[in-house]
Amino acid sequence: MEIAVCVKRVPDTSEAEVRVDATGRDIVSDKLAFTINEADNYALEEALLLKEKLGANVTLVTVGPKAAEEVLRMGLAKGAAAAVRIDDAGLSGTDSLAFARVLAGFFRNRSCDLILTGCIASDDGCSQVGPALAELLGWPHAAYVVRLEPSEGKLEVRRELEGGLLEVKEVKLPCVLSIQTGGCSPRYASIMGIKRAASRPIEQASPVVHVAGLSQLVRLYVPETTSAAQMLGGTTDEKAARLAELLRERGIQ
Amino acid sequence: MNSIMVLVEHRQGAVRDVTFEMMSAARALGSECGSKVEAVLLGHGSDDALSQLREQAENIVFVSHPNLKDFNYEAYQPALVKLCTERKPALLMVAHSGFGTDLGPSLAVALGWPLVSDVTGFRPVTGGFVMSRGMYSGKLCADWRAPAPAVAMVRQSSFRSGPAEFKAETELWDPGQFPEPRTRFIRLEELPTTGVDIAKADVIVGIGRGVREEKNIAPIREFAESIGAVLAGSRPVIDAGWLPKEVQVGSSGKTVKPKVYIALGISGAFQHIAGMKGADTIIAVNKDPNAPIFSVAHFGIVDDLHKVVPLLASRLREARS
Repeated sequence: MEIAVCVKRVPDTSEAEVRVDATGRDIVSDKLAFTINEADNYALEEALLLKEKLGANVTLVTVGPKAAEEVLRMGLAKGAAAAVRIDDAGLSGTDSLAFARVLAGFFRNRSCDLILTGCIASDDGCSQVGPALAELLGWPHAAYVVRLEPSEGKLEVRRELEGGLLEVKEVKLPCVLSIQTGGCSPRYASIMGIKRAASRPIEQASPVVHVAGLSQLVRLYVPETTSAAQMLGGTTDEKAARLAELLRERGIQ
Repeated sequence: MNSIMVLVEHRQGAVRDVTFEMMSAARALGSECGSKVEAVLLGHGSDDALSQLREQAENIVFVSHPNLKDFNYEAYQPALVKLCTERKPALLMVAHSGFGTDLGPSLAVALGWPLVSDVTGFRPVTGGFVMSRGMYSGKLCADWRAPAPAVAMVRQSSFRSGPAEFKAETELWDPGQFPEPRTRFIRLEELPTTGVDIAKADVIVGIGRGVREEKNIAPIREFAESIGAVLAGSRPVIDAGWLPKEVQVGSSGKTVKPKVYIALGISGAFQHIAGMKGADTIIAVNKDPNAPIFSVAHFGIVDDLHKVVPLLASRLREARS
C-alpha cells in the first residue's frame, strides 16, 4: 500500500502574540517558532500505524519554502520512506483550493492508494485541502476522521461530529482522509532517527499547474475586542485574593 | 443579485440551530443586496423540518430521496451541483460543521466556485462578497473577497437566529440520477459517558494548553475538588489524553452552562467558547492578554495559572478555617 501524507509547516501562534505585517495581508513571523501543523502530525501518525500494520510505504509531501524541509526531516526521522517538497514560490496570495490543485497536479503522476492530510491548518483554519484534493483526483473522501480501520479495498472510518457524536462510514480506496487530532498519540522521533534523516534526500518538485486562487485575502486585522471582562490587577497575590472574594460572593469556598 | 441559498442542516430528524443562524445571516445579506433567500432541504420525508422553515425563507426547495435521508456528501453533492447550475444562486451557505466541512470543499471544486471557510460576517461588494473570518487561532480577523457565485461555510453560533414572517411555498425538486456511491453511511455513534456528566455541574474548572504538562494537573484537580467543582478541559488537553473525552467542553464535546466557569490556561478557540459561553460567570486566567477567552469572560486575570491557583487555593482555605 502506498500512502502519502500532506504536511504543512505553520507558525505556532497558540500562545504567541500575532501581528500583521506592512502588507496588511500577512503576519510578522520572524519571532515565531515554526512547527508541523498539529492535525498533520496526527495524519502522519495514522500513516505510520498503517505502515506497521500492513507494511505500507509512507511518502511525505509538502507545499512550502525551503525551510519547510525541517518538517519533512522530522517525518523521515519517525519512519516515512520518502519526502517531497513542492516549491511554493509564486503561490503566495492564493487560497486553499489553489493549493489543492497544486497537490492534485503532483498526485496525478504518482501511484498512491491513500492520501492523508490534517483536517485543519492552524494558521488559515480553512479545512479545505483534503476533500478538495479528493474531488480533483476523482476520489472519495472523508473529513475530520478520528479513527480508521483498513479492510479489503476500503476503510471503515469514524468522523467527528458536534456534541460528541461520531459518524461511522465506509470509504473505498483510493481515497483522501483528513485527520482530526486526538485519535492517536503522535510518536516522537528518536535521536538515531533524526541523525539518519539529516542526510536523506528530499525530492524537489515544482508545481505542474500554476493556479490563481478564486478568492483573495484582502485584509488581515486584529479583531475588535468586545470584551466586557473586568480585569483584576495588582500583584499575583492580590489578584488571587480578589478572585477568592469573587468566588465566595458566589457561594464557592 | 441572484438568490442566497441556505443548505438546511439536520441530524437524526432535527433541524440544527446553525440552520436558523444561517437563515438569519442570509436574510440580512439578502436585504442588503436585494436577493431572495431560499432554503434547500435535502432529506427524505422531512415534514417537521419543512414546517419549521416556512417562515424563515421566501422559498423552500425540497429534494426528497431515500439516498438523502442521512447526510452523505456523495449524495448531497450531485444534487446540489445540479440545483446550483440550474438556479444560479449568488451564494450558497453551508454550515462549517462536521457535515458541512465534509461537503463544502468538494462541492466548490465540482461547481468551480470559490469557497470561504468558517465565515463570521458577510458584506456585498460589486460582483461578489467580502466575508470575514478568524485566522491564526482566532487572534486575527481576515476579510476574504469572493466573486459571485460562491460557497460559504458558516461558523456555528456566530449569527443570532431570529423570527421572520415569510410564508414559503415548498417546491419539490427532482435530483435525477445519483452516481454509484463509493462511501457508505453506517451509523452514528455516541460517546459513552462513564463518569461525571459535566453538563450537570454548577462549578467547572476548565483547563487548556496552558497547563503544559500532565503532572501540573494534580494540584489543579485538588483545587477543583476543594471548591466542589468538576474538572473539564479544552481540546488540547483531551487530545493529549490527560483528561477523558467525556469532560471535553466545546462544539465537539459538551456544552455546559454552570453558575461559574473558571478557565485556566484556555486561549479560547471558538469551538471551546461555543461550549461554555452560556455560563453565568466566566473567570479566565491566561498569560496572554490578547487571548480570545477574555472576550467572553466576565472577570480576567493576566498571569501564570500555576502561580495563581496555589495562592487562590490557600486564600480560600484560610477563609474556610
